[in-house]
Amino acid sequence: MRYAMAVDTRKCVGCSDCVVACQTENNVPIGFCRDWVVEVVDGTYPQLEIELRSERCNHCDNAPCVRCCPTGASHIVEGGVVMVKPNKCIGCGACIASCPYDARFPHPKGYVDKCTFCIHRVREGMKPACVAVCPTKCMYFGDLDDPNSDVSVVLKKRKYKTLIPEAGTKPQLYFLI
Amino acid sequence: MNEELIISGRENLMVDPQLHIWHWPIPLYLFLGGLAAGVLFFAALYYLMGKEEQYRTAVRRVPFIAPIALVLGLAALFYDLNHKAFFWQLYTTIRLESPMSWGAWTLLVITTASFIWCALHIREFFPKWDWKYGWLKELEAFFNRHKKPLAWVMLIFAIITGVYTGILLSAFNARPLWNTSVLGPLFLASGLSAGAAAIVLSSKNREERLLFTKIDLIILGTELFLIVHMFMGFLASTQVQIEAAGLFLGGPYTMVFWIFVVILGIIIPGVLDLMELRGRHIPALIPGVLVLMGSFAFRFVFVFAGQVSRWLY
Repeated sequence: MRYAMAVDTRKCVGCSDCVVACQTENNVPIGFCRDWVVEVVDGTYPQLEIELRSERCNHCDNAPCVRCCPTGASHIVEGGVVMVKPNKCIGCGACIASCPYDARFPHPKGYVDKCTFCIHRVREGMKPACVAVCPTKCMYFGDLDDPNSDVSVVLKKRKYKTLIPEAGTKPQLYFLI
Repeated sequence: MNEELIISGRENLMVDPQLHIWHWPIPLYLFLGGLAAGVLFFAALYYLMGKEEQYRTAVRRVPFIAPIALVLGLAALFYDLNHKAFFWQLYTTIRLESPMSWGAWTLLVITTASFIWCALHIREFFPKWDWKYGWLKELEAFFNRHKKPLAWVMLIFAIITGVYTGILLSAFNARPLWNTSVLGPLFLASGLSAGAAAIVLSSKNREERLLFTKIDLIILGTELFLIVHMFMGFLASTQVQIEAAGLFLGGPYTMVFWIFVVILGIIIPGVLDLMELRGRHIPALIPGVLVLMGSFAFRFVFVFAGQVSRWLY
């Protein structure tokens, strides 16, 4: 099993509904976010191109945050989902420094917090909050090992990219282009 | 010209707009750990070479810096943890993939060894010292009998401590400035030169001072070579590492790095060391303090500049 997510940069309108849904679902403290929207403007005026991306933890196959964690608080659960055990985390910040995507942040309570792919919802057969709430239905979630999952189907049909693959982290967040 | 503008809705504390998760306690600890590693390395080395009497300050007196530096450094590390009540989780596991994990265990060993070493030499400072309790006296006799293995442990773990502070940073591929394997030897060299400087500053024996001035000069030369080597590596590497080197080559950290680390911390004390060895009388205070300050500035500049360097996407 390998959970992954695909985000359609051509359908996303950058409304940040995914961000609010995540904050509500996961009780993310005020001022912080586990997912966020990035807008990239390319070109020379008036020939401009905009790409919108809803970003979050890439749940890397080769996760530097899990490798550098001194206590084993950062760990991998089913489907390759990277998680943090708050009662094992000492808040040293090594994982935060190790992430090229800066997807982690220190929770005000001290431990490190991040996207969980809403594993608590996925275990009950639901989609992650950000995917479920998206008004343009631009996000796809599922198991890459299942050829009929939403994410497998869309990745077969469309061209995609991942973020900084050259960092060697094998990210599992795909952006349809 | 084609331009790219990136706007992110993320504004996480200590992460945006650029990473600043590690504050002053981390470079302070890296300096104190390096200094402790340096003084313990020379104490163990010259004890094992049978030169305890000849280089008395290095073997018996200067090591007292180590436990103080290590305890202060550990306190700084603890202070920088965000989830302090769980710090003991470090000592429930050993994870070889994580330099911080085996580094924490190394610190435990080297701190204990430094305390024992100082306890064995406490009469250097308090000639009438009495351990009072029988079991403490037995413990002292035990370690006096086994001083050689203790010195070996100290020697090996001093090297590991010196190298690990660099490896800790170089293991982060997400921060291009840190991601160079030269950092391990460079931090070790910086720690050893700080240790040698501490000995030169403390010794009243001219022969000992001259020996450690010579050692200091060799290590400073090595450091300079490693720094040049590091920049050559960066500039021949990928775009992100070229940009990381740019932080010191015209970027915001240029002045502080070249003035405080290279010129004041390496070149000037190196020249003064050379003049001293050529027979000119240079007050030991000047090169010694400059080397210690350079070593201190080096950790600060590197920890802060490293957090600024990143992969842009």
